[in-house]
Amino acid sequence: MFNRIYDWIDDRMDITPIWRDVADHEVPEHVNPAYHFSAFVYCFGGLTFFIVLIQILSGMFLTMYYVPDIVNAWNSVYYLQHDVAAGLIVRGMHHWGASLVVVMMFLHTLRVFFTGAYKAPRELNWVVGVLLFATILGLAFTGYLLPWDMKALFATKVGLDIAGSVPFIGDWIQTLLAGDDTIIGAQTLTRFFAIHVFFLPAALFVLMAIHFIMIRRQGIAGPL
Amino acid sequence: MSQKVTRRQFLNYSLMGVGSFMAAGMILPMGRMALDPLFQDDSEGSMITTSVTVDEITEEPMQVDFTFEQEDAWYTSEVTDFAWVYRDGNEIIAFSPVCKHLGCTVTWAADDNNPERFFCPCHNGLYEKNGENVPGTPPTGPLDQFEVGESDGFLTIGQVFPNELV
Repeated sequence: MFNRIYDWIDDRMDITPIWRDVADHEVPEHVNPAYHFSAFVYCFGGLTFFIVLIQILSGMFLTMYYVPDIVNAWNSVYYLQHDVAAGLIVRGMHHWGASLVVVMMFLHTLRVFFTGAYKAPRELNWVVGVLLFATILGLAFTGYLLPWDMKALFATKVGLDIAGSVPFIGDWIQTLLAGDDTIIGAQTLTRFFAIHVFFLPAALFVLMAIHFIMIRRQGIAGPL
Repeated sequence: MSQKVTRRQFLNYSLMGVGSFMAAGMILPMGRMALDPLFQDDSEGSMITTSVTVDEITEEPMQVDFTFEQEDAWYTSEVTDFAWVYRDGNEIIAFSPVCKHLGCTVTWAADDNNPERFFCPCHNGLYEKNGENVPGTPPTGPLDQFEVGESDGFLTIGQVFPNELV
């Protein structure tokens, strides 16, 4: 049944080469944990991607209940966590996943560094990886404010002060992030929300696409 | 059962099984969360006491306001609604003012040409005094009724139910 539907579409669209090209590639022995168990360190990049997928999905569902408004943000989070079935689980996935992405991404970076996989001809992929690192940290920082509780507020105060300590343009950056030069309030929350769910994810998708296209183009780096 | 499962098939099935299990672990909580409005209990509304005494109600439909606390997820507010109330013998009738065409608000005797009917200004819908929709006008059914009661001489209003007078 499923096969016949697939064949019917494939006859017309010739889709097999498309997914073959994406999915069908050799995994070298030195990165396959089935051969050398220590090769699990090569899984960190894929795990980062997997958790990013969970973050995107759980985030999409959280926005069904969340409102980025100083009066209602905390209440809507409380509601989705306590009164919506499975809301606690979905928020939990997003909460713990957020930390896990950073951890996995850091381990991935360490693996690339210590195996020297960033060396020529893969320097550009390292650069894109560093941009991805910044994007993920930006997502973690902007997401922290959204529940609008005391921890969120003071963490953001600290973060904005750090941004403000940049020489010469620090004050401008701080005002641009907070939406006001003294208040951390209504405009800060909507800004952080917009950055968290639209701007940074857009950057993330583009950078991830480049990251993956480059690794397919250049192949996996050889063994040590 | 005599057919042998090849190593490749076995691996395929195991991997797809484990993969489906993991995917379900992700998708199920999210799906359940999204579908939550379908599974929320209908709130059992209590009777709301109005500021109108039962004695005041005449055979002429009058507008009776009532206010109640509406819990809308994380937002609780005072909502004011009203009913068209009149006396029919010993019975008190209360109609919801929501037009059965497209949900505008009907008014008693608002149309000069139909002084004894409910009138909806949006598309000129008309209802008789017992709530029956006048044929040839847009509404497709009679006006809904409210449960009514009495508390210390004051009119109380409850849930909406389909018209039982027509």
